[in-house]
Amino acid sequence: MLSFANGKLLATPGVSQVEGSGGGGLVPWAQLAGYATEDEIAFSAFCSQANVKDFQLNNCGGQVNFYDRLEFSFAKQNLQVDPLSLTLSQEILGLKVRLYGDLVYSTWPQLSVGIQHKSLSTADVAFSLGAQDDTGTDIYLAASKLHLGLLAGYNVLWNATARYTKANEMGLLGFGGPQGNGALQTEMSVLVLLNKHLAVGTEYRHKPDNLGLGEDDWQDIFVAWFPNKHLNVTLAYLDLGTIAALTDQKGWYLSLSGSY
Amino acid sequence: MIKYVYGLLIVLVLQLCLGCSSKNVAQSDQLYYDIGAHQGIEKLVDAFVQRIVKDKAILPYFAKSSVKHFKQGFINHLCGVVNGPCKYNGDSMIDIHTGMNINEADFNRVVELLIEAMEDVDISYQSQNKILVKLAVLRPEIIKI
Repeated sequence: MLSFANGKLLATPGVSQVEGSGGGGLVPWAQLAGYATEDEIAFSAFCSQANVKDFQLNNCGGQVNFYDRLEFSFAKQNLQVDPLSLTLSQEILGLKVRLYGDLVYSTWPQLSVGIQHKSLSTADVAFSLGAQDDTGTDIYLAASKLHLGLLAGYNVLWNATARYTKANEMGLLGFGGPQGNGALQTEMSVLVLLNKHLAVGTEYRHKPDNLGLGEDDWQDIFVAWFPNKHLNVTLAYLDLGTIAALTDQKGWYLSLSGSY
Repeated sequence: MIKYVYGLLIVLVLQLCLGCSSKNVAQSDQLYYDIGAHQGIEKLVDAFVQRIVKDKAILPYFAKSSVKHFKQGFINHLCGVVNGPCKYNGDSMIDIHTGMNINEADFNRVVELLIEAMEDVDISYQSQNKILVKLAVLRPEIIKI
């Protein structure tokens, strides 16, 4: 049965994550994208842009959520490297399965497992920096919970993700390198819903430094606006630290997504 | 900038938590008075019924119920849930919903109708969430039975 996916409470699925999965901006969450419940299918699409000092990341993609059980996702990332006047591109296919629970109602947090398979189409730069591969697959386990009224009546949502990855800068600089070839990384998001349309929060994502270029952890603070179940606008301030030995990469992120 | 915002957030969280811990002394009836006591609950249940009547997906679940009986039962139930001076003596949630086979989407739709009703009668967002968290635990006694 295919019906309009409307069965979830506003804002509870989160937004589109930078690698295409349902999640926060940086971190894949346990929630599946879109408002589908057990007998619904949801389709979502997004585009986002991040502007930091020396880089611009343009990103579009989408997700299909089958029955709040299975999420297929796709993203195409183009990273402009301003000092070198070149663009790095990769495609990411994602699959996420909800293992247990409901974000709002289950006693324990909702739990999902997922993969993100990444193929870098501009591998020359990555190989010249010492990367071992131009494809890689991340595997992650995510736990997420919304606590109704936790903070003086305001709803609080948190997500914790453990990810096994070989990716350098998400894969845009290839996979593996002289300093490492795969490790477990942790990622965290916390947000407060100021009302049913507006969330503010922060995210932290640990990252490996396989290439020895001082690759930093990523963090952001964000505001996400949900005027209705079809539209989301997210604005974030990013601190991406050092990317490819270029320090102090801070700037803004804007994401638009639609759901049906 | 992010560190500055973290600092602000920590201060805010501490203040909110101090605020809530001093108010939440065992089974306080604060929420009952925050939402307008018995009169407020009657207004809320009236608004809720108005919302249900207008909803094509949900109204059929109420086809066999008496509006008066439902209103009286839900007023008493809510009053008890927010620690007001009432006791709900009606049928159990399981008895009422057995055989209805309510799915997740319809359950969530009713939650949305209740939220809209709370907005209709100007119950604050914080009080709305405090009511929802008390009702949320009843979900296993309501859906798919």
